[in-house]
Amino acid sequence: MGRLSVDLCGVTLDNPVIPASGAFGYGYEFAELYDINCLGTFSFKGTTLLPRFGNPTPRIAETPAGMLNSVGLQNPGVEKVISEELPKLKKVFHKPVMANVSGFSAEEYAKTCELLDQEEQVGWLEVNVSCPNVHGGGMSFGTDPQAAASVVRAVKAVTKKPVILKLTPNVTDIAAVAVACEEAGADGLSLINTLLGMRLDLRTRKPILANVMGGLSGPAVFPVALRMVYQVSKAVSIPVVGMGGVSSASDVIEMMLAGATAVEIGAANLTDPFACKRIIDELPAEMDRLGIDRLSEIIGGGH
Amino acid sequence: MKDCILTVAENRPLTKEVYHMALRGDVRAFTAPGQFLNLKLEGQFLRRPISVCDLGEDSVTIIYKVVGRGTAQMAAMLPGEKLRALTGLGNGYDLTDAGEAPLLIGGGVGVPPMYLLAKRLLALGKPVQAVLGFNRASEVFYEEEFRALGCAVTVATADGSYGVRGFVTDALPETYSYYYCCGPEPMLRAVYRTAKGSGQLSFEKRMGCGFGACMGCSCKTITGYKRICREGPVLRKEEILWED
Repeated sequence: MGRLSVDLCGVTLDNPVIPASGAFGYGYEFAELYDINCLGTFSFKGTTLLPRFGNPTPRIAETPAGMLNSVGLQNPGVEKVISEELPKLKKVFHKPVMANVSGFSAEEYAKTCELLDQEEQVGWLEVNVSCPNVHGGGMSFGTDPQAAASVVRAVKAVTKKPVILKLTPNVTDIAAVAVACEEAGADGLSLINTLLGMRLDLRTRKPILANVMGGLSGPAVFPVALRMVYQVSKAVSIPVVGMGGVSSASDVIEMMLAGATAVEIGAANLTDPFACKRIIDELPAEMDRLGIDRLSEIIGGGH
Repeated sequence: MKDCILTVAENRPLTKEVYHMALRGDVRAFTAPGQFLNLKLEGQFLRRPISVCDLGEDSVTIIYKVVGRGTAQMAAMLPGEKLRALTGLGNGYDLTDAGEAPLLIGGGVGVPPMYLLAKRLLALGKPVQAVLGFNRASEVFYEEEFRALGCAVTVATADGSYGVRGFVTDALPETYSYYYCCGPEPMLRAVYRTAKGSGQLSFEKRMGCGFGACMGCSCKTITGYKRICREGPVLRKEEILWED
């Protein structure tokens, strides 16, 4: 165990840095730029049972210190992810990978997870009950503690891999959803997904996003994410993966002090494709500066 | 794709809103006309994707229109300033289909990528015809530059204040072997409908990353889903699927 390593639900990560789902594809684009095996792991593009094109474009709008997206879970469907994407991913990434799963019913989540459970390289299932960009699925499960718990139970019944529930910040009491997931058997939690937002085009006087609203990410959301990681990690005893606007080694440390065992990084990869590598490289010096010997010692240190 | 630091060598207005910027640095990642770079600007969260107008050994020229905060910031940049850029993005035009007498159709800031394409086609010994469309006389740029290369140039303006009155589709020549097109989507649709024969058309969309990671700029085509930033921006006429 190196000084950066952490244990996430029984699997050791060389470091806590994890590119977040939807911001890293299946890794190949980044593997053109650097050896992505320096990452703790990464969470691949959100996968559903059936193929999805997602929402109409424009799907992207810039915001102060961040961006909105309304991609809407574009993916080729779990069968093609397994037959086409994972064999390619395996060539560029040799560690356990996090499989991100979305669905429109508890049964559908379970079916997709059951298929991904067979894949040796999948180390964790990150179950997204928080996508703000689809109707009748995604976030509708994550805003209701009982619905979220029903997804946890359905998924836990079909897999032995660690199940991490990805939570939405678009709720009144995120800790209540977190506790319901823990009680239903979740092995970990990741948060936050994006905050629902919108922008208007002043020339057309209409929304920029074709889907009208979208999810806000980037440095703008960091304090909100940090607050929720703090609240949730105090309320549960399972590991919490913190995310939302992280873009530096000091952000990673701050997230871990708030209670995160590991940290996902999304939007920063899109504006600087080297962001995760840079953060991993910067961590040791930042730890030295702050008198931190091992990262695993500081988890929840701010409580 | 390559991550580079480029230095502004020149930055000057061509018209009231359109600027010409020459950048020096490592441009080896560019392989075809019609590709783009993605510029990181201080204080702007997302990068700005801009198509390549011309390439030298260690220089790249871009032409951009000031439409918002990012491009306004670019217009204020001075020689010597540095810009972080992802270079060699997108597929670019395929020259192998050009035939004996290719036609280039550019509209507004869709004109610049036609310049490098014209140079490359002329270098293959092909006579090149170019139809350049603008809104009005005061917005016309690069007509002389295309002529200087040796292209047969026709300019169209929507208000008739210069050249042929109307759109590029009102100024298409009778005969050509194949066409290459870049411009705003209404122009692409009009060219797709009215231009004879086959061609390649370059699309513009709001992008997140510009290198294929975020799926922000996806479109449906006859041959499947494509990312405009990665499998595009150039699509073949035969694969285009208009969404409405």
